Amino acid sequence: MNAPLPFFLDHIWLVPAFPLLTAAVMLFGRRLKNSVVSVLCVGSVCLSFLCSAGAFFQLLSLPVDNRVASKHLFDWIPAIPYHMVSGSLAYFHADWGFQVDPLSGVMILIVTGVGLLIHFYSIGYMGHEGGYYRFFGYMNLFMFSMLMLVLGNNLMLMFVGWEGVGTCSYLLIGFYFHRKSASDAGKKAFIVNRIGDAGFLLGIFLTSAVLGTIHFNEIRPALDAGHFHSGDPLITAIALLFFVGACGKSAQIPLYVWLPDAMEGPTPVSALIHAATMVTAGVYMVTRTNAIYQLAPTAMAVVAVIGAATAIYAASMGIVQNDIKKVLAYSTISQLGYMFLACGVGAFTAGIFHLMTHAFFKGLLFLAAGSVIHALSGEQDMRKMGALAKKIPATYWTMLIATLAIAGIFPFAGFLSKDLILGKAYEKDFWLWAIGYFTAGMTAFYMFRLVFMTFHGQSRVDHEVEHHIHESPKTMLIPLVVLAALSITGGWVSWPEILGGNSRFIHFLEPVIAVPHEARVEAAKGVSSHGGELLLMLLSEGLVVLGILLAWYIYIKRTELAEKAAKGFGGFYDLVFHKYYVDELYDALFVNRAKDLGLALGSFDTNVIDGLGVNGAAWLTRFISRLSIWWDTWIVDGSVKLGARIVWLLSYPVRLIQDGLVQSYMLLIVIGLVGVLAYYFHLAHSAVR
Amino acid sequence: MLPIENYLLLSLLLFTIGVIGVLTRRNVIVMLMSIELILNAVNINLVAFSRYWGSVDGQIFAIFVITDAAAEAAVGLGIILAFFRNRETVLADEMDMLRW
Amino acid sequence: MLNAALFYFFAALAVVSAIAMVTRRNIVHAAVFLITALLATAGIFLQLQAQFLFVVQIILYVGGIMVLFIFVIMLVNLDVSLHLVQFNRQRFVAGVLAVILGVQVLGAFWVGRGSLKLGAARAMEPKNTEAVGQALFQQYMLPFEIASILLLVAMIGAVVMAKRRV
Repeated sequence: MNAPLPFFLDHIWLVPAFPLLTAAVMLFGRRLKNSVVSVLCVGSVCLSFLCSAGAFFQLLSLPVDNRVASKHLFDWIPAIPYHMVSGSLAYFHADWGFQVDPLSGVMILIVTGVGLLIHFYSIGYMGHEGGYYRFFGYMNLFMFSMLMLVLGNNLMLMFVGWEGVGTCSYLLIGFYFHRKSASDAGKKAFIVNRIGDAGFLLGIFLTSAVLGTIHFNEIRPALDAGHFHSGDPLITAIALLFFVGACGKSAQIPLYVWLPDAMEGPTPVSALIHAATMVTAGVYMVTRTNAIYQLAPTAMAVVAVIGAATAIYAASMGIVQNDIKKVLAYSTISQLGYMFLACGVGAFTAGIFHLMTHAFFKGLLFLAAGSVIHALSGEQDMRKMGALAKKIPATYWTMLIATLAIAGIFPFAGFLSKDLILGKAYEKDFWLWAIGYFTAGMTAFYMFRLVFMTFHGQSRVDHEVEHHIHESPKTMLIPLVVLAALSITGGWVSWPEILGGNSRFIHFLEPVIAVPHEARVEAAKGVSSHGGELLLMLLSEGLVVLGILLAWYIYIKRTELAEKAAKGFGGFYDLVFHKYYVDELYDALFVNRAKDLGLALGSFDTNVIDGLGVNGAAWLTRFISRLSIWWDTWIVDGSVKLGARIVWLLSYPVRLIQDGLVQSYMLLIVIGLVGVLAYYFHLAHSAVR
Repeated sequence: MLPIENYLLLSLLLFTIGVIGVLTRRNVIVMLMSIELILNAVNINLVAFSRYWGSVDGQIFAIFVITDAAAEAAVGLGIILAFFRNRETVLADEMDMLRW
Repeated sequence: MLNAALFYFFAALAVVSAIAMVTRRNIVHAAVFLITALLATAGIFLQLQAQFLFVVQIILYVGGIMVLFIFVIMLVNLDVSLHLVQFNRQRFVAGVLAVILGVQVLGAFWVGRGSLKLGAARAMEPKNTEAVGQALFQQYMLPFEIASILLLVAMIGAVVMAKRRV
């Protein structure tokens, strides 16, 4: 911290800044020509990649035991005092700061590298679409969010990126917003994500309450200081809450339902977000907070079990899908399950390794699928493909390489990472290994089913489409080739020791992992059974080859078997084909109940609040005014009129005297006179007495 | 000399008849004439007392009463004429425009 | 002797004429009866040795006022009114009240019959007309002038009331 940082590390904020800037420019991008948009947006990602590469290499120049570079940009959340669970005073604060260490270094390379290739590909793929500037704006915003996620030095900043990628996912899935299915898919993704985000946020708060800090480099010291023993309930709670978030973002059971629907978005979106980067955010997060997980074995068991279960569950659904992108979607879910399985058994570095190789071959698979769809003028159903290998050879060969990688054929990238995971799983628990093993076979089967149905066999392509089959333009093919190369060589950075390598990548990441005392002891003896590891490798290779052969047999040799199997399995086939009716179950349990609540509240609002409250207030006001009118008319005016009427009544008899006749007046005079005289007589009479 | 009571009684009698005439007759000219009768009765009274006290004041008063009667009769008859021209009637019963 | 006879003659004439006047249907007859009543009154004045008033009564009252009455009667005399009811609604009440009034005054006379200490009627030293003239133009000069103004006002009033509005 005292020595000045090297240039790229010191200016690490440039890496997210470039895409943010161009995303902001795209706010006004409507008037820009497509070529300008391409240069700006792809160029900014390119600059980000160059800066990331520079930062990575400068990171390598730092000493091994202190490969951490922190850069503080500005204070964000000021210190808010609060009391921890243990009673001591702590301050909740977060700054906008970056942390570059082996883990985040690897991540930014993957994100910007694969991101750059996909942006480049999109120039060709999205070239004829409307909203070109909008697409690149969203993509760049996504890049910014993802980079903030991996570069942030505290949980709140990571959460900012977390939310950002969720938002961009929604925006990009619903890119073709005039299609109802697309906008529905975007909503579904965001809402399911949100459930996970709630868990994550609770986890963040619990972390600050228990540990007193949310900064990554302060978590380990806080854990040590708090003397938490393994299996502490609070720590377990934190770990599980974080995992809920990871389930949402990385599509594990039970929050995976959004990812297949997310295929409504354009293919580059599926490649970048739902294969290479966003869905891996959960794995990154678990790895980043591994110190917490290491103290909660129960939570790690949960992670491993759910990861394994998701892997096999998704693979089973991938076997029966007919849409090429849906197969890849379920494949992604399944591979993510592998990554969480790795984290769950303590092999965090293996999980990150698989994340990296997966980014290469899954990204390539999606881009190649996009190329196929582009060649077939939009057709995505594999039942309407076939015999395309000779017609679009570049696409075919790159896709084949990716498929070999994902199936796990030596020495492609997928084999090395998947095998590492299976090895670590076998050390921990037999059944976890068994599920992973069997799933690997299923993966090989359905991936080669995809390749055979798409590129081999008889052509089942529609007649009009057949005339327009053409290879994709160079802008689309170059990324395919680059990714194919990476799919072959990507795993070689961590050549396993038993085959003569030095597992460089794994060792590179190790400083990031907190190693509890017991694990250190185990690590010392884990490597001993080289023979066991070799045997596992051979077993998995064998199963993979078996899977490929089975796929070849069913989908090339005797294609009628596929239909027979479907009919034969009857009910079970229907169940799997309809994705185990999980979506329908969620609808009935949650979605429709939420809608019912909304309707109930709506009717409450209309009838009670509007009816009683607003209309009631209006009615009350009118009622009071009617009372007031009555009072005014009858009481106030009435008393006035009463007075007048009393005067009238009193005067009426008197009025009758005035009849206008003079003689009656004179009569009254005489009457008065008589009266006066009578009075005087009376006086005289009484005086005389 | 006759006792004064004779004259007083005569005066009273004429007065009473005059009052009856004023209050009772419908024709307004007869009413006026009855008023003249009343005034005459008063005159008799005045002159009687003037004779019995030996002063001439009573007679002076009577002269003034006659003067007044003349003025009043003139104006009253003028009113009757004006009214008659407007309403074609001389009956007091029909002169009730000032009723309520 | 002659005094009493004259008095009773003129008194009876006056009362009868008065009653007749008040009860006649024909207004002209009523006017004539009033004239006779006035003449009777003049006679009473003469009997009381008020010669000036006797003359004034005849000239003014009968010769002036009654002639005026006759004029107006002629102007408004409607044949129709001869056939109408002559007495109004309040005749009974009015009659009773007038009689009561008369009885009351009679009662007053009766009560005070002894207190009126009058001597015999005194003859007046100067002649009546001279006495009246002297008193009128010496003691009662002011009322005399006022009376003349009153007559002026009455004259104007009568002219205004009776003239045709143009």
